[in-house]
Amino acid sequence: MAGQHAQTDSRVVLSARGLTRDFGGFTAVNKVDLDVRHAEVHALIGPNGAGKTTVFNLLTKFLQPTRGTIHLLGQDITKTAPDKVARMGLVRSFQISAVFPHMSVLDNVRIALQRPNNLAVQFWRPLSALDRLNERADALIAAVGLEKERDAFAVDLSYGRKRVLEIATTLALDPKVMLLDEPMAGMGQEDVAAIAKIIRNVAKDRAVLMVEHNLSVVAEISDHITVLQRGEILATGNYETVSSNPEVRSAYMGTEHA
Amino acid sequence: MSDMTRNDMTSTNSAGAGGGLVNAQAIFLLIGLALLLAAPFFVYPIFLMKLLCFALFACAFNLLLGYTGLLSFGHAAFFGGAAYITAHTVKEWGVTPEIGVLLGVLAAAFLGLVMGFVAIRRQGIYFAMITLALAQMFFFFCLQAEFTKGEDGIQSVPRGHLFGVVDLNNPIAMYFFVLAVFLIGMAIIWRFVNSPFGMILKSIRENEPRAVSLGYAVDRYKLGAFVMSAALTGLAGGVKALVFQFATLTDVSWQMSGEVILMTLLGGIGTLVGPIFGAGLVVTLQNYLATSSFPVTIITGVVFMVCVLVFRRGIIGEFYASRLGRKLGFVHRR
Repeated sequence: MAGQHAQTDSRVVLSARGLTRDFGGFTAVNKVDLDVRHAEVHALIGPNGAGKTTVFNLLTKFLQPTRGTIHLLGQDITKTAPDKVARMGLVRSFQISAVFPHMSVLDNVRIALQRPNNLAVQFWRPLSALDRLNERADALIAAVGLEKERDAFAVDLSYGRKRVLEIATTLALDPKVMLLDEPMAGMGQEDVAAIAKIIRNVAKDRAVLMVEHNLSVVAEISDHITVLQRGEILATGNYETVSSNPEVRSAYMGTEHA
Repeated sequence: MSDMTRNDMTSTNSAGAGGGLVNAQAIFLLIGLALLLAAPFFVYPIFLMKLLCFALFACAFNLLLGYTGLLSFGHAAFFGGAAYITAHTVKEWGVTPEIGVLLGVLAAAFLGLVMGFVAIRRQGIYFAMITLALAQMFFFFCLQAEFTKGEDGIQSVPRGHLFGVVDLNNPIAMYFFVLAVFLIGMAIIWRFVNSPFGMILKSIRENEPRAVSLGYAVDRYKLGAFVMSAALTGLAGGVKALVFQFATLTDVSWQMSGEVILMTLLGGIGTLVGPIFGAGLVVTLQNYLATSSFPVTIITGVVFMVCVLVFRRGIIGEFYASRLGRKLGFVHRR
């Protein structure tokens, strides 16, 4: 373990050391070490209540860790505000779909593009000022296959399409690290395959950390898997390493997936 | 098709209802303008000016409640504060009315910056309570301060000459000055809502955590909206001081903050023109019932209860959501 420490691996873009979070007397996350590498899909799995979403909230600074440190691209972000972390290139999705419901698909993507393009504070300019974002927005919409829904309200999209839209808005920021909280939960087979493909694609030039319950997809697209149980790391490594770990098999995976 | 997309982008109600939306809006706008231009020749001008001041006040308040999702219970501080500053500068310093109003606006904006800076850190009822507490502090400041003349208020404020030229003691001239200010205020609100900044505000209202995760420092955007709302409220307050030629404690009292909430809810929050109708209804009721022996607050209270029970979206919100409204191409946003 000590041999592959963060500082020795230049591909590590996001690393956590001794990450701990107490809620009153309950320790939701306990001494978690995590290294997320560039151009890798890193899956965070574990039974319900294992602390996966809490880890996400800690990494993206939506929650403050009780102890431990977090580094993003070599910079200490342990005490940084969540919006600042997002501007530094760590962008997350949420467990429940995070779209702006009463806005069109195009507007959803343009919201993400407005800030990086310095078009967020102009209260004196007409909305047509945003038209110069359309080309880039349309490219992102096409990249995830939402062209037909471009002018539809996000609230009217199917659940799977909402998740896809969410990925498109996240991609609009061109993040260095993308955190996806259960991107495939509650989806049909077709949508799962589509999202899996999109995730593999976006991980070509960025790091992806995802929480996911669909183990066959995790096995298929992940380069690295970390198993959490009761807030602690049970095992970490590639699929073969993790799935052959007897503790993991008894605790979580069962035998049918081994 | 390209026409439709165009409408989608230029209108708040961007459901893509096509040409009907723009046409109906344009027709209503023209009718409204014509009525406003003709009104002073048929109706008592002071009443109309009062109506316009409160309509602008309610619309400025709605900028915060309807378009940012923040319920302020302290807007009287901006309304009355600006009224005091305008009254004082015009009467004691002898500045022209437009400079007096401008100074009132600046004072309100500064007050908004200070109050907003403190209040924006909390949400929902806590935000409302902090704004109320700060406005009450401001009320007692006005009660004690020298220049506000305590219980008497600043009386017999001269209306003066607009730009040193137009005599505002002529009621018709004064009316058109107030109307111009009102229209400028409405134009600013419209632009503010339909701007890149307005889009970010909308996204914050729709899904604040998502806006944060996209890198927006949401508190700063809320503060921006708060200051703009305070400044426009100050515009209404400053002009009101000139219309009635006095500024008193009534304008900074918490009842005034409550009244503007009532007007906005009655007309329809989150609609551009709803608060105008809400203000019109409340001001008209107050005016016509002022002489009756029956207490006016009971009547407005009953009207408010009936409206909240029957027209949950407010008068204009209900109209937008009705079959006729949708046929005309209006869309109520929520």
